[in-house]
Amino acid sequence: MSEQGSYRPFTYYQLMETSLRELLVEKGILTDEQVNAEVAAMRARTPERGAHVVARAWVDAEFRKRLLANGTAACEELGYEIPGLHLVVIENTPQVHNAIVCTLCSCYPRVLLGLPPDWYKSRNYRSRMVREPRAVLAEFGLRIADTVQIRVHDSTADMRYMVLPMRPKGTEGWSEERLAGIVSRDCMIGVAVPQLAV
Amino acid sequence: MPKVAERAAVAAKYKPGERVRVRKSAPLGHIRTPFYIRGQVGEIERLCGAFPNPEELAQMRSGLPAQPLYRVRFKQKDVWPDYRGPDSDVVEIEIYQHWLEKA
Repeated sequence: MSEQGSYRPFTYYQLMETSLRELLVEKGILTDEQVNAEVAAMRARTPERGAHVVARAWVDAEFRKRLLANGTAACEELGYEIPGLHLVVIENTPQVHNAIVCTLCSCYPRVLLGLPPDWYKSRNYRSRMVREPRAVLAEFGLRIADTVQIRVHDSTADMRYMVLPMRPKGTEGWSEERLAGIVSRDCMIGVAVPQLAV
Repeated sequence: MPKVAERAAVAAKYKPGERVRVRKSAPLGHIRTPFYIRGQVGEIERLCGAFPNPEELAQMRSGLPAQPLYRVRFKQKDVWPDYRGPDSDVVEIEIYQHWLEKA
């Protein structure tokens, strides 16, 4: 791969990150290995974890109850250690559709869903999701009937939220693994619902 | 880090279902009460526990005693009088007790 011509000066934040990281390493507070291990751990967190939790809740009614009562403890049962994270799982029903936003910054259940998508952090989503959620959801292709209540959850403090979507009809008898395959990141944020491939 | 229960905490004043008003105030600093909800009346959905006050943590202080944190449910039509959607739509927000008063 040729590097020629690909040079671009660092942006302000890249320069700040590199300077801070090199200083921490130089002063012996962190090692390069620790930084790399943390980056690797962060990359390993993907929405597949959340999908696994949702699929388990769909096939195991008792687990679903525990998940809604105490999200953190239930995820730990599945081996997801989430120290310091207070997870609140909110359930979609035929009467209620839930969606998550953080109007102040970009609070997000990273341990279960990985890094948030760029749109989640955008001013557009953050300001409009609490103000006109139905219009925003329609832009995602999700039209919610007026007979269904929309609950928007503004994640402003110490809790983190994940939506438990409804299990679609036509998935009776599916394995947990197959069910997890239809639970996308957006379903757990509440801007989509699980769909069966046509 | 000590567990929530082991830290000094302010006693919780409100119960689920109670009506509360968010203080209409604009102090400087790191405030986790969004502007759009200040002055609004809602209903306590649940008590989330007690957490060190983020306004104090941002000043490098302990944030103790911990403040009870609630999820408060507001009707969209109350928050935005021109809200486009059914009356039943709501927004739920985490708010610390020191930002709430009885409505």
